[in-house]
Amino acid sequence: MSKAVSALGGVSHKGFAEVAEAGLRGMITVRGDLSSAAMKKAVKAATGTAVPAARRIEIDGDKAAAWMSPDELLVMVPYEGAQDAVAALEKALAGEHHLVADVSDARSVFTVKGSKAPEALMKLCPVDFGTLAEGEIRRTRAAQVAAAFWKSGADEFTLVSFRSVAGYVMGLLEVSSRKGGEIFPA
Amino acid sequence: MLTLECPYCGVKAEETELQAGGEAHLKRYGPGSSDDEFESYLFMRKNPKGVHFERWRHAYGCGKWFLAARCTATLEVFGTYSAQTKEPPADLQAKIKAKRPNWEGYK
Ligand SMILES: [Zn+2]
Repeated sequence: MSKAVSALGGVSHKGFAEVAEAGLRGMITVRGDLSSAAMKKAVKAATGTAVPAARRIEIDGDKAAAWMSPDELLVMVPYEGAQDAVAALEKALAGEHHLVADVSDARSVFTVKGSKAPEALMKLCPVDFGTLAEGEIRRTRAAQVAAAFWKSGADEFTLVSFRSVAGYVMGLLEVSSRKGGEIFPA
Repeated sequence: MLTLECPYCGVKAEETELQAGGEAHLKRYGPGSSDDEFESYLFMRKNPKGVHFERWRHAYGCGKWFLAARCTATLEVFGTYSAQTKEPPADLQAKIKAKRPNWEGYK
């Protein structure tokens, strides 16, 4: 098998916030009845977490389950574990109306770090950061493309986009986080 | 700026996260309908100055279609509700009637 690489080779930029491509991540779209017992079991086995409530992300170490819509989850696992996780999810949901798809290679992941990280995102996403809850995943747009992000650390956000627009998203993040571009200068 | 709360995920989405889908509650006329009915279904739309019921899609969010009642003149939003609804909910209609006493009502 060929060696998998992320779209931008882990490039990073340091402005008033540090933005970086985070590398490969196993991502699996799961659709079905999120309230079913089979779904609860399948998600627990895949990520170690509960099925997330609406707009929430449940994180356990390097795995996570995020609520994408009333009938869709995004299951995240280490990149190398994605295919095994797909097989396990398929088995756990057999007989249920469901869809499981490995979308790892269709996505790019970025981190935005620093105490001013929200300011880099505020300029790109029409999101009220004042009402953004802990443990919330916010699907939105970053300038002209679809994106989703959540708070992944004290001063860190993780943002996901389609891989086909990774260069565009990194361009946005780099420009948005340039020194002098703070929204609330100290 | 128009802000609509998606009834499926609860996000207060501003206009650019949404896709407009035109008039809500259209009755579909397909095979077996008269030419007039089919033409009306395809082309005839309400265009009120005032209370309007519309389809919107939370395109940059959960992806679901939902319905909204708003005033086309002032952009006041009366409410949003599930797309699995044949006509505007009674409580929403009452709320609109209270705010717009001259509204002719939903037909
Ligand atoms: Zn929504």
